[in-house]
Amino acid sequence: MQFIKSDINIDFVGKRKIAFFISLSMILISVASLIIHRGPRYGIDFAGGTLIQVKFQAPVDIDRIKSGLSSVSLGASSVQQFGDPADNEFLVRTDKTEAAEQGFALTLSKALKTATDSQAEIRRVEMVGPQVGQDLRKKALFAMFFALLFITIYISGRFELKWILSGVMAGALMTAVYLLSLFNVSMPFLILAALVVTLILFWLLSLRYAMGAIVALIHDVIITVGIFSIFDKEFTLPIIAALLTIIGYSLNDTIIVYDRIRENLRKYQKQSLGFIINRSVNETLSRTILTSLTTLFVVLSLLVLGGGIIHDFAFAMMVGVLVGTYSSIYVASPILIAWQERDNRP
Amino acid sequence: MKKISWRVIIVLSVIVLAAIYLLPTVFPGLWPYKKINLGLDLQGGMHLVLEVDTDKAVESNMERIAQEFKTLLRTKRIRYSGIDVLNGRQISIRLREKENIKAFQTLLDDEFKELRQLSRIESEDALELVMDLPDKETDYIKKLAAEQALETIRNRIDQFGVSEPDIRTQGERRILVQLPGIKDTERAKELIGKTALLEFKLLNENYDVPSALKNGPPPGSEILYQITKDAATQREIRTPYLIRKQALLTGAYLTDARVQIDSQFNEPYVSIDFDRKGARIFARITEENVRKRLAIVLDNKVYSAPVIQEKITGGAARITGNFTSDTAHDLAIVLRAGALPAPVKIIEERTVGPSLGTDSINKGLVSMWVGGIFVVLFMVLYYKGAGVIADLALVLNIIFIAGGLAGFQATLTLPGIAGIILTIGMAVDANVLIFERIREEVRVGKTPRAAVDAGYDRATLTIMDANVTTLIAALVLFQFGTGPVKGFAVTLSLGVISSLFTALVLSRLIFDYLLMNRKLRRLSI
Repeated sequence: MQFIKSDINIDFVGKRKIAFFISLSMILISVASLIIHRGPRYGIDFAGGTLIQVKFQAPVDIDRIKSGLSSVSLGASSVQQFGDPADNEFLVRTDKTEAAEQGFALTLSKALKTATDSQAEIRRVEMVGPQVGQDLRKKALFAMFFALLFITIYISGRFELKWILSGVMAGALMTAVYLLSLFNVSMPFLILAALVVTLILFWLLSLRYAMGAIVALIHDVIITVGIFSIFDKEFTLPIIAALLTIIGYSLNDTIIVYDRIRENLRKYQKQSLGFIINRSVNETLSRTILTSLTTLFVVLSLLVLGGGIIHDFAFAMMVGVLVGTYSSIYVASPILIAWQERDNRP
Repeated sequence: MKKISWRVIIVLSVIVLAAIYLLPTVFPGLWPYKKINLGLDLQGGMHLVLEVDTDKAVESNMERIAQEFKTLLRTKRIRYSGIDVLNGRQISIRLREKENIKAFQTLLDDEFKELRQLSRIESEDALELVMDLPDKETDYIKKLAAEQALETIRNRIDQFGVSEPDIRTQGERRILVQLPGIKDTERAKELIGKTALLEFKLLNENYDVPSALKNGPPPGSEILYQITKDAATQREIRTPYLIRKQALLTGAYLTDARVQIDSQFNEPYVSIDFDRKGARIFARITEENVRKRLAIVLDNKVYSAPVIQEKITGGAARITGNFTSDTAHDLAIVLRAGALPAPVKIIEERTVGPSLGTDSINKGLVSMWVGGIFVVLFMVLYYKGAGVIADLALVLNIIFIAGGLAGFQATLTLPGIAGIILTIGMAVDANVLIFERIREEVRVGKTPRAAVDAGYDRATLTIMDANVTTLIAALVLFQFGTGPVKGFAVTLSLGVISSLFTALVLSRLIFDYLLMNRKLRRLSI
């Protein structure tokens, strides 16, 4: 069986302007949504607060639950149906952190029972104090930062075979970040600054493959975060894990196309770069589609059957796989051409 | 042939090793090896992070020093006009008259060498001195308080009886407590979070309670409440007592605490035994204060305030105050384990009920089966014979991940299951890369043998590169992640490594075997 014919020759490179336009508008929409929503919506892992998962024996009305909550002074909390509607499960979120107080769970389940006439089972309580939330946020950002740093070092060394240069670059990057941290810059800006420094360094040192890979990766993460923001989903620790996995996955795709480009550069020395890139993308297209398909399917089965707790994680992975596949075809490779055009200009 | 044989040995030994680690999980008791650890999100349980209020430890240390000053000054007959603790970490002393100041100075130089002088206002016949402890000393007190709190909590949990609790420090003043499978989380929190400072204090019977409530308590005394619950009306009753601040005896002198049942009222109470020094102090207190009321105060709550009838020797006392057998049992535990050196606060809590954990496992397994079966069928349909090889590699992959989890004693969490499911989707990637390459080589007209060799040779480096990036992300997650996320990092890393192994070594071996021993003319790919 074969989905993609071996002699396939789609003109990906020729449509790069359209792809560029699509990517740019998706990024702009993502950024706009983040601005409108005033940054990402942090879950209790990062913002602090309490999350309570309650299961009722019979169907209940959300308003009833709310009135039960206000009788234990949790009136300001948000109540949301959770998982399959037939499960009668609800998530209660509040920024209060008193739920950890002794005897609270008992009081709450009693109050809910009185308000809804249905036995309430408290299945999960997650309370994160404000200080812990701040610590976790810092930790997550550190994780993102170090993942980016190590991946940058690896791909600049591996693609360009300039390990010493990549070592120097890592040093420069660390120094820049260290200097910035002396000024007490907040962590998101630090990461942003680190990315800008990385891109400038790649540009100056002419590490074009590395640059293409990093641009594709930033593209994927921004759009995934943007779609999360558009759907008003929460950022939690597992979502950070999903984002890092997406980074790994997106690079995986990009690396495979790049490897083929470098192989073909040796093979067809007389052809134009545009031809070589297009041929390489076409040659690896079958593999790209197949792997995305199998990954997408398992992620979908996790999304549909995995239950409420893992739902958002699977959603992030699904978006990431789709965007990552797109970017390895339409973003990472055409950037190499843009580079060449820059070099050819007088 | 020689080349194959050592690879056969490696592959077989990896399979056998995985089986050895994994089998006890599938068939418990087959041989003594631990099962795969399930995370709290899968087996249910409680994860707590406590913060020790170490400033309070410093404060109570200062209070102790102030008390020591008062006692010493009194025994040496030095008169002072005030000794106070300021901001919880400084001590201020005011004295009048020359001879007092002189005698005090000698006492200070002899007995309190460790105190650091902050300010000294001295005139002809008055002295005001503010002192504190050097930073090194306060740091030590704080560190000690955190360590003692950990030990005390570990003691309490051990006596309460939780299987495989995990208690450790996190940073300087935080304690992580993980109690897998615990059902009564409220009771556990009560047990862990109680400071359990037991004090015996005299009632101040010179003033009446209503006027003290209205005008504030007289110096040296405070209002503390007794809280009881009326069994009939289910309402809390708060009874105020006016109590002298000075503790005559504390729980530090306890040797044992047990639950007993009062034969008269059939109500549980906690009987406590003091050590010899404690017994002596108790005898002296009771002797000196016959007919007065002695309050038994635990964490600033009055439990009872009996009238002392006679001198009590033998060092035994009882704590009553409508207990259920559970609360009496837990109180005995916390008294035996000792008081926390400083109060603790719960700053993070994650509790998962056992039914939710089981649900999560079931849902995770279902999505794993559905996703896995799809991928297996797809590979066979798409690559036919080669697909079967890839499927075999996939199944072994999952066995290796599970074996790795058991072997490294890692913890399987819900995101960890997600990691395994992702691996199922991504692990075939390596095989897809190789098979696509082989197909290309076959199209160019190479023989099966040459096509397989070329396919593997060319794809190997690409596969390595592609997987290293995922491995980097996974390792960073492992370093920074906590709990469930760490579980994800573990299964993802194991998945990447084992899929590299199955694709590059195992499936190659099968191809080589088929091509060499069976002399295949056509590749089924």
